[in-house]
Amino acid sequence: MIYADNAATTQMSENVIKAMLPYMEKIWGNPSSLYSFGQQAKDAMTSAREQIANCIGAKAEEIYFTSGGSEADNQAIISAAKIGAKKNKRHIISTAFEHHAVLHTLDKLKREGFEIELLDVHENGIVTPEQVKNAIRADTALVTIMYANNEIGTIQPIAEIGAVCRAAKVIFHTDAVQAAGHLPIDVKAQNVDLLSISAHKFHGPKGTGALYAKKGIQLVNIIEGGAQERGKRGGTENVPAIIGMATALSDACANMAENNSKLLKLRERLIDGLNKIPHSTLNGDAEKRLPGNVSFCFEGIEGEALLLHLDDKGICASSGSACTSGSLDPSHVLLAIGRQHEIAHGSLRLTLSETNTEGDVEKIIAAVAEVVEYLRSISPLWKDKLIGKREFILTE
Amino acid sequence: MPLYSAKVMDHFRNPRNVGSIENADGVGEVGNAVCGDIMKIYLKIDDDIITDVKFETFGCGSAIASSSMATEMIKGKPVSEVLQLTNKAVTEALDGLPAHKLHCSVLAEEAIKAAIEDYYKKSQVQ
Repeated sequence: MIYADNAATTQMSENVIKAMLPYMEKIWGNPSSLYSFGQQAKDAMTSAREQIANCIGAKAEEIYFTSGGSEADNQAIISAAKIGAKKNKRHIISTAFEHHAVLHTLDKLKREGFEIELLDVHENGIVTPEQVKNAIRADTALVTIMYANNEIGTIQPIAEIGAVCRAAKVIFHTDAVQAAGHLPIDVKAQNVDLLSISAHKFHGPKGTGALYAKKGIQLVNIIEGGAQERGKRGGTENVPAIIGMATALSDACANMAENNSKLLKLRERLIDGLNKIPHSTLNGDAEKRLPGNVSFCFEGIEGEALLLHLDDKGICASSGSACTSGSLDPSHVLLAIGRQHEIAHGSLRLTLSETNTEGDVEKIIAAVAEVVEYLRSISPLWKDKLIGKREFILTE
Repeated sequence: MPLYSAKVMDHFRNPRNVGSIENADGVGEVGNAVCGDIMKIYLKIDDDIITDVKFETFGCGSAIASSSMATEMIKGKPVSEVLQLTNKAVTEALDGLPAHKLHCSVLAEEAIKAAIEDYYKKSQVQ
């Protein structure tokens, strides 16, 4: 099997599993318990909090453990909205291609009377600091813009946007779920006030994540309960997963340069190979994208059929076609960068990790080329384009 | 449980009656590129019997499988009987489709009916 869907989830590393096991087998006490057996778990959690804080340039007391990226996004946005509302600020700036954990939370706030302004991300999938600067008003409560897009991998100018927000005294949240462990994060230097991460995107366990909230930002509870996480997130902490997340993030940050230089080579070869397929296009900026992300559209075919055939060839990938999303519309991300519906239906996302090889990439290129050619051969749409009855949309 | 039944996957992997028929007696095309599925059915009809049928489909796995199954179900049948074909029958023959994929079987039914309509139109002209 060739796994090329690392933006969906990653394989846990041996080192991470090894680090977690003692907290299932031996030190399984409740970190809230008074006795020393419980306190051992708490001590481990304290170290994990420090490790994570160190990786992103934060202080340990600014890290809150959550069930994952979605919960962190929800809590960050709802908290900032509440802080804004107290000062009668109800304007929130975001982008059209955020993750649904952000967009659906913003929808909820809209129904509660907030005004949501979604900035255009252009054809290259990048929003500019100038756009943010121009959009900020006296009543802006929050700017929430992702660090790197989950589908097309484009990297946003987070530090510059952070500087704009800081100058205007507006809270800045970034969904760094796809970026953490893959791109450098320094919340102080980048002027980030709230930041979400998810462990399973960097070889950690699923169901665990963290929210960084700058000291002084009053969080609103999403989960009410006990006094865990300084009263901001009820529920007994998932200690093994938290230890796993800290180990995974530390490893990812320590090996970032090495991993990325390997990934960049694989990514460029994959893009070159897929570019040879006629009437296809890379989605998102060619340079400012995650080192492992390759997102393509192929004219005249549908993405789900492509994925099923790739699965038969042992390749795991994903698509933004409507048929894979379970809705009638293709991916909102592809529509946001201006892809027409017809083209967006023929999308393919391949996301590599450092465990992929050059051999994997060559096999993927050959398999995609073969399947695209086959699906085009049975597509009436493609046939109409070949005989000039319909026009090609992608010219190259 | 996998997304699709073994029968859907079989018809998706090895679609029957793929292609086109030159000078077909009836051609029907339904769906559109914006929605992500287009089905085109070609019929050869002799003495009101479907003697040959081919299809071309732009769409997902269940769209391709539905087209393939529908063509198998109508080959060799009289036109009057084929007009009774329902999307439900296609779905059942495929051992079911996920709820959000049922429209693929509807497209198959509609494409066949459009092809027969085209056949009637052509016959009248002659």
